[in-house]
Amino acid sequence: MRTCLVVDDSRVIRKVARRILEEIGYEIAEAADGVEALAWCRAAMPDAILLDWNMPVMTGIEFLRRLRAEPDGEAPIVVFCTVENDLAHIREALDAGANEYIMKPFDGDIISAKFAEAGL
Amino acid sequence: MTAEEIAQIVSLCRARAGLKVAADKTYLIESRLAPVARREGYDSIGELLAAIRDRREEPLIWSTVEAMASGETSFFRDRDPFREFREEIVPPLARVRGGAPVKVWSAACATGQEVYSLAMMATELAEADPAVRIEFAASDLSRIALERAQSGLFNQFEVQRGLPIGQLVRYFEKDGEQWRICDDLRQRVRWRRINLIAGLRQIGRFDVVFLRYALTHMTEDAQRKVIEDLTFILPEDGVLVLGVREQVAGVSEAFQPVFGRPGLYRPNPEFRAAAAA
Repeated sequence: MRTCLVVDDSRVIRKVARRILEEIGYEIAEAADGVEALAWCRAAMPDAILLDWNMPVMTGIEFLRRLRAEPDGEAPIVVFCTVENDLAHIREALDAGANEYIMKPFDGDIISAKFAEAGL
Repeated sequence: MTAEEIAQIVSLCRARAGLKVAADKTYLIESRLAPVARREGYDSIGELLAAIRDRREEPLIWSTVEAMASGETSFFRDRDPFREFREEIVPPLARVRGGAPVKVWSAACATGQEVYSLAMMATELAEADPAVRIEFAASDLSRIALERAQSGLFNQFEVQRGLPIGQLVRYFEKDGEQWRICDDLRQRVRWRRINLIAGLRQIGRFDVVFLRYALTHMTEDAQRKVIEDLTFILPEDGVLVLGVREQVAGVSEAFQPVFGRPGLYRPNPEFRAAAAA
């Protein structure tokens, strides 16, 4: 089964995303910030990562830059999922190695479409 | 709504636009027509319909029919047809046309996502080979949909349905809470209001016609008429693109399916010869 790490400091968002992603066939792990996410990735690199931007301890963009520098860190498909909805943020995310980008609010259709566009 | 009112809507839509309105979908009818009644200054759908009966005013009739016709769309809907357009449909046509533009018509374009997706493909084709020239026309029955399409403005939900993020960054600018498609793409498209059952044979030749998920909402007679007219505007090497799983009356006689490419059709030369005889 394909695995997806859901990284968001909101428990509610993690729960909603988990339900949607489980429905399209992912096994889910959760992390509440970038540091936790990095620990997860070092233990077991997921196939996909749904990534919030603004989080305490370590932001999503910082996590992404560190992830891409890790051994095997290029492997996971990373889909940002954030309230940041201006072109500057989107460009920054893509430059840092994000594969797709979701602007909140999202629903099941958007998540499955974006995962499909990212090649998942 | 009363049964008479629903019957009035069903017959109006069929007569004017060949639309097949399901009489049992009261909710759909109400959700489409309530905004029309409000906009035109009536307190209810009943009053709107009474005004149509009493005064037979054309603009009012069309506002009503157009609201029932408006379809749903998204960027790169079904995905495959757009890849096929870029890789399989346009390149051979462009070669044969030898520098003359390949003419593409997005019929029943609704709010424009389809023709803009095609225009993005055209931009990428021209980058790879500047000799490839494509001209776009787009039409819809609904003037409101056409105005929105022409504005090139889409909300955050719309730009996240089918549009890869790379294309958003490349072709759109943020405009308040909306996203505006760049002028390059907007200006590539000629827009026209076209009623598909009003006769298409005079509108000129098109090499490629995208007509997806519109005929599904039309009566069988209307489907046959539109399909037959299309054989007169598509050249022998032209391509008709219907919806991937769309069943349309008359298409199996007038066109031949492209093997392994659901929704793609080429004119059937025998049908054309018989129709011309």
